Formats: sequence, structure tokens, C-alpha cells
Amino acid sequence: MIGRAVVFLLLISGLTGCSGSMWNSPYPVGQTQQDILYSSFSSPPKHLDPAISYNANEWAIISQVYEPPLQYAYFKRPYSLEPLTLMTMPQVSYLDKDGNKVDEKSARLAYTEYRFTLKPEIYFQPHPAFVKDASGHLIYGHLSEEDVKDIQSPSDFKLQDTRRLSAADYVYAIQRMALKQNHSPILGTMQQYIVGLKAYSDKISKQVSQNPGFAFRKEAISGVKVISDNVFSIKIKGLYPQFLYWMSMNFFAPVPWEAVRFYRQAVLKQKNITLDTFPVGTGPYMLVENNPNKRMRLLKNPNFDHELYPSQGLPADAPKSLLKDAGKPLPFINEVIYSLEKESVPLWNKFLQGYYDVSGVSSDSFDQAISVSSSGNMALTQAMKDKNIHFLNQVEPTIFYFAFNMADPVVGGYTEKQRKLRQAISIAINMEDYISIFLNGRGIVAQSPIPPGVAGYQSGKEGIDPYVYDWVGGDTNGRAKRKSIEVAKKLLAEAGYPGGRKPDGSPLVLYYDTAATGPDSKSMLNWYRKQFAKLGIQLAVRATDYNRFQDKVRTAKVQMFSWGWNADYPDPEYFLFLLAGVNAPINTNGQGVNGANYDDPQYNKWFDQIKTMPNSPERMAIIHKMIRKLQKDAPWVWGVNPKTLVLYHDWYHNAWAHPLANNTLKYKRIDAQKRYQEQQAWNKPVIWPFVFVLLILIGSIYPLRKAYLKRQHLRIDTDTEDAA
Amino acid sequence: MFAYIIRRLLYAIPILIGVNLITFALFFMVNTPDDMARAQLGAKQTSPELIQAWKVSHGYDKPLFFNAKASGFDKVTNTLFTQESLKLFMFDFGQSDAGRQISSDILQRMVPSLSIALPTFMIGLITNIALALLIVLFRGSVLDSVTMTIAVAIMSISGLFYIIAGQVLFSKLLHWVPISGYATGWEGSKFVILPVLIGVFAGLGSGVRWYRSLFLEEINKDYVRTARAKGLSEISVLFKHVLQNGLLPILTGVVVVIPTLFMGSLIMESFFGIPGLGSYTIDAINSQDFGIVKAMVFLGSVLYIFGLILTDISYTFFDPRVRLNG
Repeated sequence: MIGRAVVFLLLISGLTGCSGSMWNSPYPVGQTQQDILYSSFSSPPKHLDPAISYNANEWAIISQVYEPPLQYAYFKRPYSLEPLTLMTMPQVSYLDKDGNKVDEKSARLAYTEYRFTLKPEIYFQPHPAFVKDASGHLIYGHLSEEDVKDIQSPSDFKLQDTRRLSAADYVYAIQRMALKQNHSPILGTMQQYIVGLKAYSDKISKQVSQNPGFAFRKEAISGVKVISDNVFSIKIKGLYPQFLYWMSMNFFAPVPWEAVRFYRQAVLKQKNITLDTFPVGTGPYMLVENNPNKRMRLLKNPNFDHELYPSQGLPADAPKSLLKDAGKPLPFINEVIYSLEKESVPLWNKFLQGYYDVSGVSSDSFDQAISVSSSGNMALTQAMKDKNIHFLNQVEPTIFYFAFNMADPVVGGYTEKQRKLRQAISIAINMEDYISIFLNGRGIVAQSPIPPGVAGYQSGKEGIDPYVYDWVGGDTNGRAKRKSIEVAKKLLAEAGYPGGRKPDGSPLVLYYDTAATGPDSKSMLNWYRKQFAKLGIQLAVRATDYNRFQDKVRTAKVQMFSWGWNADYPDPEYFLFLLAGVNAPINTNGQGVNGANYDDPQYNKWFDQIKTMPNSPERMAIIHKMIRKLQKDAPWVWGVNPKTLVLYHDWYHNAWAHPLANNTLKYKRIDAQKRYQEQQAWNKPVIWPFVFVLLILIGSIYPLRKAYLKRQHLRIDTDTEDAA
Repeated sequence: MFAYIIRRLLYAIPILIGVNLITFALFFMVNTPDDMARAQLGAKQTSPELIQAWKVSHGYDKPLFFNAKASGFDKVTNTLFTQESLKLFMFDFGQSDAGRQISSDILQRMVPSLSIALPTFMIGLITNIALALLIVLFRGSVLDSVTMTIAVAIMSISGLFYIIAGQVLFSKLLHWVPISGYATGWEGSKFVILPVLIGVFAGLGSGVRWYRSLFLEEINKDYVRTARAKGLSEISVLFKHVLQNGLLPILTGVVVVIPTLFMGSLIMESFFGIPGLGSYTIDAINSQDFGIVKAMVFLGSVLYIFGLILTDISYTFFDPRVRLNG
């Protein structure tokens, strides 16, 4: 009997092995043969409404759905904008206060007007909000609970329709942004620039608070006009060339008023079907499933046909295979499935099994994936090469810095002695070691607030911070070398703290405020202590929760702290303003982003000059002076510009890193058949351990039974003894 | 019994008010409404006007427990605590601070949580009891010593280890089941096997030891001796008599957790990608979403109280001596 069972099991296992089926596939049988991209997300997106959303994980989704007027050119470096739904780049006019055209450099310039001309035939995705009856009324405008009983997503409605994109949809997006009840995070910033936005915002917000059904769409913003069905204009105060970068963000993506009205219905809100969960756009994809705790599913928008794969702008050193699809209509992939993966272990293993097409590299799996040479160059390990895995390696336009509170009497101030203390600390904190120990080499040492990829960044000898580094070797093939700790000690002595002692002989104790309270942070905090100990300075760590930490920075009750900033757009102004006096918390009642409270009159003057200048040699010259000034004053230890690593399989094509563009999914292509073959080869079930364990279990029945019977006999004796 | 249940339900009201009071006080001790607004709006472009508008639209502009500016009874009723607590008592969980319907989220997440927790609980319970009885059957033997040593070893190792080891062994090396994921219907069974297996195994050590000690206490009682004297086999003695009499302490520990199975398991669900309720509260605490925190704490308390009442009722079914009087 047992023998027969074993033969049967072996037969089954043999057959299963031959069929090549994948028991460990997380997808339905045969699905991975289809043109579907599989990726993951680690934290659920909260907002998908373009007026509200301002997080990277949310933009990764909605940037595939919505189309603002402009986008970043996929290949071009330095980063540059190009039309997305526009015929051409916006026409710019400079106006005086009476509306007469003036020159860009005219002293009379009061306004800048941008005129946007849309491509003629762009349509929204199919959506029930657009379905109208013969008399033009929205069919799904008055839904009952019964109507939505089986509805989980707008795509579940039987009838779907579309509408042509018009200039009014872009204007409506700005009107929605102005409504304070929508909590758009950039309303405050835009009110400073867009003419009439503040007055409009105050007016309609008040009216909507009194009457929630108030049709604010019919009210006009004085600086935003619909010129014709395809043309609209925006007038901003003065000069602000960076405004166009904002026009590439989802805040300015068109929103159809029908969708807003459709989603306003209570029965849909009850089911979490809102504009904040199911976006409606003109982009290459549409969101058909939104379960932020499980899966987000995008389908190709059948109405999208206005963009081709780029054929220009590829840097000379980039692989030419990236242009293989040049001129083909976008997008390539039919469906995209993002699954929630909170933990790195399953994410990494699924990627290795071929069930995710693309993956980042967590610190846990770094050594398995990447080998770092003694010169710091990264390469894939042999195990990754054997699986034909490729990787992208990109320095992000982001900076993580270590700041001194310039308002602090010890580490702050602008005297020579105070500068020398900060310079000494800047030398002592060895960021190369930090990157090696805590980031697995994934970053470069920053030399100024401006990260690579942003105008004003300088590499090589010109770019180094001369107060922290020396340049060794030739101008072209040399390298930056951190000044020795002896130099730092000398500076410290000149600052009045020889050997880390105050003039009265007591030890110099400095305070580092941090929100890093977890056990993982302990080693990092100890590392910081050691860096200060090199100078004889005692570092006291004041760890607290993030809310209190933010409060302390806002109220300038910190001495030293670490923080970060990433580029929303690649303009130096967006980094240099982090040290402008007008943004210091002490000058703005805690509202500014200049947590270091750096407030130097000369720097502030230069900042005002470059703030609204277009990029030019003149602007760069001033920026370089500003950077030199900052390097001398050392309000920050410049910290790290982090690198992002992305791994992808051989069947994933057109991978190209663009840290500022979020709508790049449309360029990607996959070879699903190749993927399926590899998945089969990598995931054949191993049956023999199952048979082995089963045999052991079956085999243990007999000795157990024998032992039981033996105990049954023993029991009589034992009882007899007990009774006695 | 009906009167008893009514009385217990009435007792629950002050307990739930107390739980709410503590939840509100603790949450707002750590997070101010301004912090919550910043967490929701993002720190980059947030202005004081925006923060104020957010607080007003979410009701966080109201005082927490006492409204000094109001008059009369409104001093107490026109507060965040009273207004939100009243809604909770009517099981109106409202919206999360991010704008999602909490009751809809809970309903959506409950089923996946149950799909793991219920089989883990049931299989775990049966396995633990069966193994404990088996060990009691061989008490004092080498098998007893070896299994108890193994049980202690199982207890000593972190549950996280079993999860990662299980994922590596059964999915990465043997390719038997998906490493993580979730689906509904029959398709979903392949995702449930591994977490349930690991859940059962991780609980074996403590479970078997606990039930073994319960049964060993029973095994020396007079009724067992009588049963044996009647000539019953040891298996009959154990599975019919000892098990039935040992049920009361088992019920005490088991029935109370049944309603809370809905709440899921944080680590298990995170590692296996189960879209359940396990991480709902923790994620809400991390994102300072008070809407979810208050709803989940309240729901957890209600379920626990319900479990306790259920335990009392279950005694009457398994022990004829117990009667619940109003």
C-alpha cells in the first residue's frame, strides 16, 4: 500500500516537473505571458487628486494618467522641458502695468504672460462621467445605492464615454487648486505669482463654505483666461522663469468638470470612489483598480494617440539601443500592475524569480546584487549577470545635509572664529565614510547645496569646497582629497577651542537634534559622536519624535541637525533659497525652509538677483559667488547627494533614469514571452523533499503504534504500584 | 442569560468611554493638529493658512475636551472628544484624515485578515490540542522529553525568523508557493498555505506546552482513574474524558480572541502582502491619521468586550454548573 502511494507521488512529481508549471507564481496561470508590466509600491498612495497630490509614490501613478501642458524630455541632459499636450512651448510676453508689451529686461516689466496652445485632438480616457443622454444630461449624475451595488471602480460602469480636451479643463485645474477646501499644497506659492489667484481663492472658498454646491467654475481668475477652445493664458507677476517647471507638474493637469461632479455623489464616496482615488485624465494609462493596501492596476488608455517615442536628445555615451523604438506610438505596454510590498525580502526574491520586472536595491540585498570596486565603481555581481539583470545608477538631484543653527551662540554666527569652528567640523565629519558605511556607497559627497544635474553644479576642481578639500593630481584627472584632521584641529584651536576645550578648560559639548530614534539609528549616532571626538568635541544627541524635531527647527531651538531636500524642478534657485534669509524660521515666524537660519546680507542680495534670472553665464557667475560664500561660511556640512539604483530584467526595454520625470512608463516596453520562458526555467518546483517528509510521517506510524501498545501494558503495572 | 448580557453591554459603555478618553488624550499629547495637518499636506509648501483650512475642514480646530468659548452645555458637547465619540458609539467611523471612508476600508480589509487568521487559529488550536494529548499519552517517555525540548526551542525563536525562513525555503528554494500576495476565491488558496503553516508552526511551542500542562493536571484526577478502571483505552480516556473536562480553561483563553481575529496580524500580513487590517492602525499612527486610530482602537475594544461576553456564554454550554444570572 505504502509502496503504491510512493510510486504515485513520484509519478505526480515527475509529471509536474515536466509540465514546467510555476507553483510559486503570484499571478493567475498564463497572465505573465501577456503584455503586462509587474512592479511594486512600498507605501500606499494617499492622494491621487492632482490638485492635492505631492508625494513621489502618488506621482508615480497619476503622472501616467494626467497630462500637464509640459513634460521633461526623456533623454535630454541637462534636464529640459518640452511640450506634452501643447503644439509648441508656451509663447511668452512681457507686459508693463498697463498691459503693453515690453522687453524682458525692461524696468517697466510688471507681468509675464504665457500663452498655451493645445494639440487639437486629445481625448480623455473612457469614463462614466462623460456619458450623456440624448438631451445632454449626464446619465450617471444621480446614482442610487442600488446602482452602485456591484461597482468597485468607475470602469465597472456599463457605459463609458469620452470628451475632447479643451483649454477650459486646464483653467478648471487652477480653479480647483484655488479652492482652499481642496488643500492644494502649492496654493500659497502660486498665489504669489498668478495674477488674481489670491482674490479668486478667498472669494470662492468663502462662497463654497456657505454653499458647497457653488459652481466656482463659472467665476474667472483675472490672470487666467480661456482665449479659445484650444488656447489659454496665464499672467504672472513680474519675472519668474521657473513657472514653466511648475507647468510640468500634475497640479496643472487638466481635470474634467464632469468627473468632479460625478465623484461628488455620496454613494460613490461611501465606496471610496472619488477623484482622489480614481483619477480621470488624458494620459497614456487609466487607473482601473485602486486598492492601496493591495494592488493598483493601470490599463492603456484607448483614446491616447498623440505622442511618439522620442528620437532625439540621447547623450552620446548612452546605449544606441534606446532609440530602437524611435518614432513608434506610445505607450507600448498594455497593462501595469503595482503590488504592495512592504517588506524587502519578498520584494527582492520575487524580482529574482522574475515576478517583478524592475526593482530597487535595499541595503539587505545590496551585497547580493552589487559589487563595489576599491575605486568606488559599482557593478553587478556574477549572480545578477547570470540572470541577465541590468542596472541603472543615477545621482539624484537631492541633498541630505548636516546643518548648524546660525542663530546659535556657539556653532552659529559670522565671525572668523565661528566660521573656523564650523569649517573644522566640516572637515572632521567624513562623509566618504558615511556613504560607505551607511549607504553602501550609494551617494557622492556634496560640495555645495546644488546637486548634480542642476544648473550651477560644478564637478572637478572648480566644484570642490576648498575649505574642506584639496585637489590632488592634475586638473582633469585629479581628485578631491579631504583635508587632514590636523588641519581641522588647527582651525578648532583658532576658533578658540584647542583640543575641543573651551577657554576655561571645560570640554566643548555640542548638541545634535535628530528624529532618528529607532535601534537602527544607534550606529549612525555613534558614528557622529566619533567624528566629533576626533576633534575632542563631545557630541550630545537629543533624539525626539519627528513632530517635536520639526518644532525645534521651526523655533530655532536646535544647535545642529540633519535634513534633506529634493528637486521639484532643476533650477538652482530651488536649492539656494534653502539658505536665503527671507526663508529663515527666525524671520518668518517658523514658516521658512532655511532651518539653518543663515542670513547673510550679501548672499541675500545675490539670491534676489538670481531668483528670477533665466539661466545665463551672468547668472552662473553670481551663483558661483554665492556658493563660494556659503563654502566659506559653512552653514551646512554639505552632506550627500544620494544615488538611486534600479535593477531590471533583460526583457524590460528602454530603461533610462530621469529623476525629475515621473511619466516615463509610456516609454517602457517588455518582451512577455521571454519573461515567461525565464520564469519557467527559474521556478520549477522541487518535489522530492515533499515525498521525503511524507515517507517519514508514514514511516513513523508503526513505531508510534508499537510504543502506544507497549505503554498500554505498562499502565497496568504503574497503576498497581500507585494503588499500592 | 438575556439580562446578564444586557448588563454586560451596559458595563461596556463606561469602559468604551474610558478607552476613548485615553486614546484622545494620548494621541493629542504626541501629535498636535498642526503636526497632523503638516503630515497630511507635506512639509514643502505648507503655509499657516493652509494648515488652518485643513484643521477647520477636519474639525481639529475645536478644543479637545472643554470648549471655554462656548456657552452652557456646548462647553462639553462642542468639543472634538464628544462629537467624535458620539459618532463612534453609533458605529459611524467617518473618514480618515486622508479622506477615505473608514468603514469601507475596514470591510475591505477584514476578509483578507480573516482568511489568514481564522485557518491559523483553527488549525493551530486542533494541532496544539492533538499534539498535547499525544505527548500526554507518552508522558514521561523519551518522546515527551524530546518534544518538550523542541517546543521550548520553537518558542525561543522569533516569529520573524519562521516567516523569512519559510519564505526562503518553500518559495525561493523549493518553488512550492508564492512568496507573498493575495487573491480571492480558489486562486487565493496558494497564498494562504504558507502564512497559515508558519502561523501554526510558530505557535506550536507555547500552545503544546500550555495544553500539555492543562491535560497533565486533569490526568491525575479521580474521574480519569475511574475511566481507566472501567477498562477504557488510554486514547478514549484522553480524547473523550480529559479533553472534555479540560475544555473550560481552554475556552477562557480561546473564545476571547475569536472576535479579535478580524484585526489581523501586523508582521504576517506585511511579509506576505496580505491586504488585511493588521497594519491599518500602525500605518495610521505613523501617518498621524487620528480618524483611523480612534476608529480602530474603538473597534478593537468593542471586539474584545464582545469576546469576553462570548467566553462567559460559552461556559454555559460546556459546563452545566455555570449559569449566567442577570
